[in-house]
Amino acid sequence: MAMSARTSTLTSPVPTNRLLLLAREAAPFVIAAVLLFVVAPSFLSDFRQNLLAKFLCYAILAIGIDLIWGYTGILSLGHGVWFGLGGYAMAMYMKLQASGDSIPDFMNWSGLESLPWFWAPFRHAWFALPMVMAGPGVLAFVLGYLVFRSRVKGAYFAIVTQALALIMSIFFVGQQKYTGGTNGLTNFDELFGMPLADESTQHTLYYITAGLVLVVYAAALWMTRSPFGRLLVAVRDDEDRVRFAGYNVGLIKALVFAVSAAMAGLAGALFVPQVGIISPANLGIVPSIEFVLLVAVGGRGSLMGAVIGAVVVSWTKSTLSESYPDTWSYFYGALFVGAVVLFPAGIVGFARRMRDEAAHRLGGRTAGVPAAALEGRPSDAR
Amino acid sequence: MDVFLQQLFNGFSLGSILLLVALGLAFSFGLMNVINMAHGEMIMVGAYSAYVAENWFEDLMGSSGFEYYFFFALAMAFVVAAVLGMALERTLIRRLYGRPLDTLLATWGVSLVLQQGARSIFGAPNVQVTTPPWLQGGIAVTGDFSMPYVRLFIIGLVAVCMAGVYVYLTRTSAGRRTRAVMQNREVAGALGVVTPRVDVLTFGLASGLAGIAGCALALIGPIGPSLGTYYIVDAFLVVILGGIGQLIGTVVAALSVGWLNAILEYQTTASLAKVIVFALVIAFLQWRPAGIIARRAAR
Repeated sequence: MAMSARTSTLTSPVPTNRLLLLAREAAPFVIAAVLLFVVAPSFLSDFRQNLLAKFLCYAILAIGIDLIWGYTGILSLGHGVWFGLGGYAMAMYMKLQASGDSIPDFMNWSGLESLPWFWAPFRHAWFALPMVMAGPGVLAFVLGYLVFRSRVKGAYFAIVTQALALIMSIFFVGQQKYTGGTNGLTNFDELFGMPLADESTQHTLYYITAGLVLVVYAAALWMTRSPFGRLLVAVRDDEDRVRFAGYNVGLIKALVFAVSAAMAGLAGALFVPQVGIISPANLGIVPSIEFVLLVAVGGRGSLMGAVIGAVVVSWTKSTLSESYPDTWSYFYGALFVGAVVLFPAGIVGFARRMRDEAAHRLGGRTAGVPAAALEGRPSDAR
Repeated sequence: MDVFLQQLFNGFSLGSILLLVALGLAFSFGLMNVINMAHGEMIMVGAYSAYVAENWFEDLMGSSGFEYYFFFALAMAFVVAAVLGMALERTLIRRLYGRPLDTLLATWGVSLVLQQGARSIFGAPNVQVTTPPWLQGGIAVTGDFSMPYVRLFIIGLVAVCMAGVYVYLTRTSAGRRTRAVMQNREVAGALGVVTPRVDVLTFGLASGLAGIAGCALALIGPIGPSLGTYYIVDAFLVVILGGIGQLIGTVVAALSVGWLNAILEYQTTASLAKVIVFALVIAFLQWRPAGIIARRAAR
């Protein structure tokens, strides 16, 4: 406890006034809320707003990845799996709604007579909606605990999760009669009685997604400020020392991995009604590693960085890949290299450096520096 | 029974290719702690080398000397992939030592660029090489079980490469330096080994081996820009399963994964087989976290 008290005085800027402190904490939320709920809807076309809603799904996922990568030092190359599982849970619900009393169309085509037992509960929203987060969360916890317990870490863990992404995508393609195969699940009609094709439904989805970004961000912020969050950073910086101090490192890692997976599942579930399809292509190796890029560009170890990175990278990708489908790959590859070699602390780290240098030149106080040094430090688990 | 034997044989030949790929990965990982995601693209480069070599031979010699283009292709695949690998090490990976997860992301970027490069040069559709006449056909063992010459050739090729690597590591001074750096970089450096040179050479060797694997793959399947991605993940699993630092662990792991895949594919379906193999690898790591052969030296 003494430890956490000491670090918390380190991170908080010089505590002058409680009210001022609160204002400082709340400011990003207020700004983000105004941007998302007032500015964006009034300035963006419907098409652009739908795009932004999709990017915000990625932002939720990126916050989750930042928790495990930026804060805990675990690189997962398999988050597409959790994103996809959340998406499939939502899609199964919507598919069953669309099919009415009969079984989904693709099951008919593959010769299934009746609904498989694991599909049946997804008829009910009260089962499907919790499963969106519980399914990926529980699975990730079990897998994570087994893997972390045997001290598989760092690069090994990254490879294991990448193998998971590959295998899940192959599995979902192969089990066509249960998953819809390569085509995935599509042709949904409505969500809770709202027709998906309606512009108003998409607007509602946008507001729900934007609201959930704020909720997830606040939850993640609370988590990183809590003693548990301190433990995460400690695990990142010296795992063995945490273990010798008596903590169950495997459990800590499995827990944060599960939280991160649940966030990815939520993102996937919000994504599906917006694009109208989920397929194995969403849970393979390529999307999984692209998710990591969002955080790498935004700035690992900074939750705001994750959100910024998610929106900026997705926006760039959707604009550039539309106009230059061929050369885009070169640019994208260069982005990976550049983000790692030139800007290891991402956009946020770069901005902080600029700010600190400016403050230094002006000879002003650099009250924010300790926080920046602690949070924004690019880390790399060995 | 015949089908089962056939599967065993196919599994053996798949495992031997995996071995060639995984060996290079184990080198770069064991030696430099670098996760080279672009390793798969070295396979792709090797496969396209076979394609290019075939076309050159056809243009230059017509049908007379054409038969033996494959030997030239093997050499070319090795050299091209090795040079590419060394260039990659010199320009990029060298800057990222001590940050294994960052090398992973950066080399993934490189692999995207290389894939798009192949697409720009050779086009997106797959290409194919003709199997040399002396590799067509096979030995019929029993009714339904035959051993195609191509696969036998690949197994032989891998055996030769393995022997070469073994001799290099244990009998040459360059190999001895490589092992020294693998065991303890600081001490090796202090004793006068020029570790950066060892790094670049070993990286070249690793990439060259992947190039040869790609050349071999060109014989048994189509060549496309994303050829490498099919093998890279399996190869990484082999590295994890085998443990770092000992050749024999990688050999056992590669053959086990190849065989398991083939047998399970026969018993269940191809997609289920992959899932079961993955589950088995995870289960095995519960029992032996450091892989089949654990490195004994303290780190």
